[in-house]
Amino acid sequence: MLQALLVLFIFQWLGQMLVTALGIPFPGALAGTLLLLIALLWRRNLPSWLEQTGLFLLQNMMLLFIPTIAGVMLHFDRLSREWLPFLLSCIVGAALTLVATALTFKWMMARERARHGAAAQEEQP
Amino acid sequence: MNAIVERALGAMGSGPLPWLILTIACYLAAVWLYRRCGQQPWLIPVFTAVPVVVTVLLLTDTPYATYQQGTAWLSLLVGPATVALALPLYAQRERIRQLWRPIAVALAMGCVVALVSAMGIAWLFGASMESMVSLAPKSATIPIALPLAERFGGLPSLAAVAVAITGIAGTIVAPLILRALRCTDPAVEGFALGLTAHAIGTARSIQINPTAGAFSALAMGLNGVATAVAMPLLMALL
Repeated sequence: MLQALLVLFIFQWLGQMLVTALGIPFPGALAGTLLLLIALLWRRNLPSWLEQTGLFLLQNMMLLFIPTIAGVMLHFDRLSREWLPFLLSCIVGAALTLVATALTFKWMMARERARHGAAAQEEQP
Repeated sequence: MNAIVERALGAMGSGPLPWLILTIACYLAAVWLYRRCGQQPWLIPVFTAVPVVVTVLLLTDTPYATYQQGTAWLSLLVGPATVALALPLYAQRERIRQLWRPIAVALAMGCVVALVSAMGIAWLFGASMESMVSLAPKSATIPIALPLAERFGGLPSLAAVAVAITGIAGTIVAPLILRALRCTDPAVEGFALGLTAHAIGTARSIQINPTAGAFSALAMGLNGVATAVAMPLLMALL
């Protein structure tokens, strides 16, 4: 477990250094995700000790967000003034985004399948 | 004897331990409730645990800064948990390679709809410019959304609230919407949820199934980048 935490912290640290060096507004931890993915693809192997601790962290990610989200208490004032546009924008906006993304993905997948089907038929005379 | 009890009670609220205990206990209770009720989406653990935590802070007159310091250890682990998203991505590498075309098109569509709908709806209902800009990047993860909102004149901490509400609302409405659209492929479900509801949606997708988790993590990462590229373009148009 400590070994896995060490590896994860090191990749986060490398990610932070990378985004700072490049001067891009991208979260360092997410750059660390990409670096770890590249490392795994290169090694072609996922050690079980890394998988165990990683999955434990991912399964309990919601716990880690509670302190940040509780910061909503700092904004009760503005939220009581602008609660309607705020909530509608968040909820209706999220619903529209879900519909647009899911339908586009589904439609593109059906198209891909049709294309592959056509290609397979051409191959068999 | 009384003096000893008094001193013990006096120490109850000091240091980080009460806040760590409160947060972990609320989370475990929320997870228990969530499992007990058949994992209903409106009972996702953040949605039930945060109000309890905030109520306790308000009742005990604890400033948010004190709580934030007390739970810094938990927030620190968000970093390695984010890095660990590479694991489901690695496990699903073949499927992701096969589906790169649907991924690219759905990403472009979802990112634009997220930005435009957030600002459009807020504008329609008379939100201030400050609020509109803080709402715009709400489907991106917190570390991307905050600097973006700030650069265009929004308030970073308000953007964090918008990101959190969107994540919770998106995760709650997703099962209803996806069922209505007859999307049962875990790749589609995960991708739509990760793009819309970032880390909270991804946390839920991982609980649903590993494929959904991987596509959710992928969508969250990609939409973070896409939002960082698209928002400056959109702001230039306005």
